[in-house]
Amino acid sequence: MVRRPDIRSWAKRRVSPLPEWLFLVSCWLCLLIVLAVLLTILGDVVVDGLPRLGFKFLTSFPSRRPEDAGIFAAWVGTVYVMVLTAVLVIPVGVGAAIYLEEFSKGGWLARLIELNISNLAGVPGIVYGLLGLQLFARWFRLGESLLAGALTLSLVVLPVVVAASREALRSVPRSIREAALALGATPWETVRDHVLPLAFSGILTGSILALSRAIGEAAPLITIGALTYVAFLPRTPLDPFTVLPIQAYNWLGRPQPGFAQNAAAAIIVLMIILLLLNAGAIVMRNFLQKKTRF
Amino acid sequence: MQVGERARAAELQRQARYVRKRRRERVVVFGLFLCSLISVLVTFSIVLVLWIESVGFFREVPLKRFLTETEWSPSFLEKHYGIIALASGTFLTSGIAMAVALPLGIPLAVYLSEYASLHTRNILKPTIELLAGIPSVLYGYFALLTVTPLLQQFIPSLPAFNALAPGIVLGFMILPTITSLSDDVIRAVPQKIRDASLSLGATKLQTVFRAVVPAARSGIVSACLLALARAVGETMLVTIAAGQVPVFTLNPLSQVQTMSAYIAFVSLGDIPWGSLEYRASFAVGLSLFFSSLLFHSFGILLKGRTLRMLRGM
Repeated sequence: MVRRPDIRSWAKRRVSPLPEWLFLVSCWLCLLIVLAVLLTILGDVVVDGLPRLGFKFLTSFPSRRPEDAGIFAAWVGTVYVMVLTAVLVIPVGVGAAIYLEEFSKGGWLARLIELNISNLAGVPGIVYGLLGLQLFARWFRLGESLLAGALTLSLVVLPVVVAASREALRSVPRSIREAALALGATPWETVRDHVLPLAFSGILTGSILALSRAIGEAAPLITIGALTYVAFLPRTPLDPFTVLPIQAYNWLGRPQPGFAQNAAAAIIVLMIILLLLNAGAIVMRNFLQKKTRF
Repeated sequence: MQVGERARAAELQRQARYVRKRRRERVVVFGLFLCSLISVLVTFSIVLVLWIESVGFFREVPLKRFLTETEWSPSFLEKHYGIIALASGTFLTSGIAMAVALPLGIPLAVYLSEYASLHTRNILKPTIELLAGIPSVLYGYFALLTVTPLLQQFIPSLPAFNALAPGIVLGFMILPTITSLSDDVIRAVPQKIRDASLSLGATKLQTVFRAVVPAARSGIVSACLLALARAVGETMLVTIAAGQVPVFTLNPLSQVQTMSAYIAFVSLGDIPWGSLEYRASFAVGLSLFFSSLLFHSFGILLKGRTLRMLRGM
């Protein structure tokens, strides 16, 4: 006797919704915690630092008295480092991406380079700082200068810029390359005149985002820009400098509560710079993407 | 006849020009190749720089003492260089961070990939990733001036610098890495696995936890490894909030100095170039480089393997 499966009662089987419900509630709880922490982190620093922000704070140099101290040297230094780093890293990063994406034949050397770039992203910032200290500040005799800092930071963002640029190049359809080559353009002409202009917005957006991550991280610069009391603006790339995160760190180490408030205000300015960079990247992408639809 | 010959000559000329241009292009391509070679050069110089200074250090402090002593006191009269003291600080803060980030981050990843609608996910994922974009000095500020005072209300004996507060905050810092990468891997699980499980009568929750998550398991592990690599290398947060006293302890309420914090500490002080303490920071850097790289490359390897496996299913 073969017992037939009792399909009817099977279909009527009631599944308790309770476990799923419990799981979802705990997920929402996790989400709530994460969002609450995010809001507290951002809200906290704004509440602490906002009263301190003002024109005088942005245009004064550091001082022994918290109420006189300002971040003029720090925010100008941050902007300088950012611009210099961008100038140094974008050509090299894009060049590397073009080679890997368009010209490399996928041999062992190309594989080694790719593996290497993905591993470089895992090197801690402070190790880059040690490298910059020894290589740029000592061996190249650049000292604790703006240029040494920017060079160090370019090494930090290089893997990210390469990855972002490769992504952008990959998003250009194959048909564009084939059309250019079929009309008699050489491979380099194809890349220079057709692929690169189309990938431009993606490359720029990715690079700016990479840069904004790096500038918020002070660790690579802490070994080089060790000066935290900078009462002048750097005039040449070989002058000493300071940046906002290091200035804020320095103030956090002081016992007077006024300095903690200054640190909060400096962090707000840093966040505003990052926000402007990100917004700029998004606006640029939207603006440039309208013209290129595949 | 003449017309055809002229056309052929022009065609030949065009071909010759193309060949010449391609020959000249080799220079450009070689330049691009050099650009990509710079990354290899960077790795090479990191290892070289760390190695040269560390060799100088290990000439005076034998490797055995470096690895077995439990005291780190380069500035005392009786100097000790036991990396274990610094490593315990790193272990403690990143351990606390993982204990915070795992139970929050993995359910979130499952929720985002399996339950949330596309619209919700498109809002929530970038919001969670905002946590990764916050500068680490702000995390330090938050740990030192908000989390520690808050914890002190429950644990009155907690000192102003401790491993607990920066550890917890570090957990939120690495959470986006875990959530975002796990979400990517879980989404890469082929739909037919879900369909098969559901058609056999499993509920949605059973499908998620007995079919989908197990299939993505190694990918989730890789996300955790990558997050751990970040936690081990994080510097500013622990420098600000964990203190500057190297102690060999596993007590989260104690203040600790991590490996990265020691390097920052040396860089900020007036320690002369070429001294033993200066070199010690490179030896610590070498240890940090290798431990962070270990987690990172293993994570990358595992992630690639999992995605290939899921795609091949």
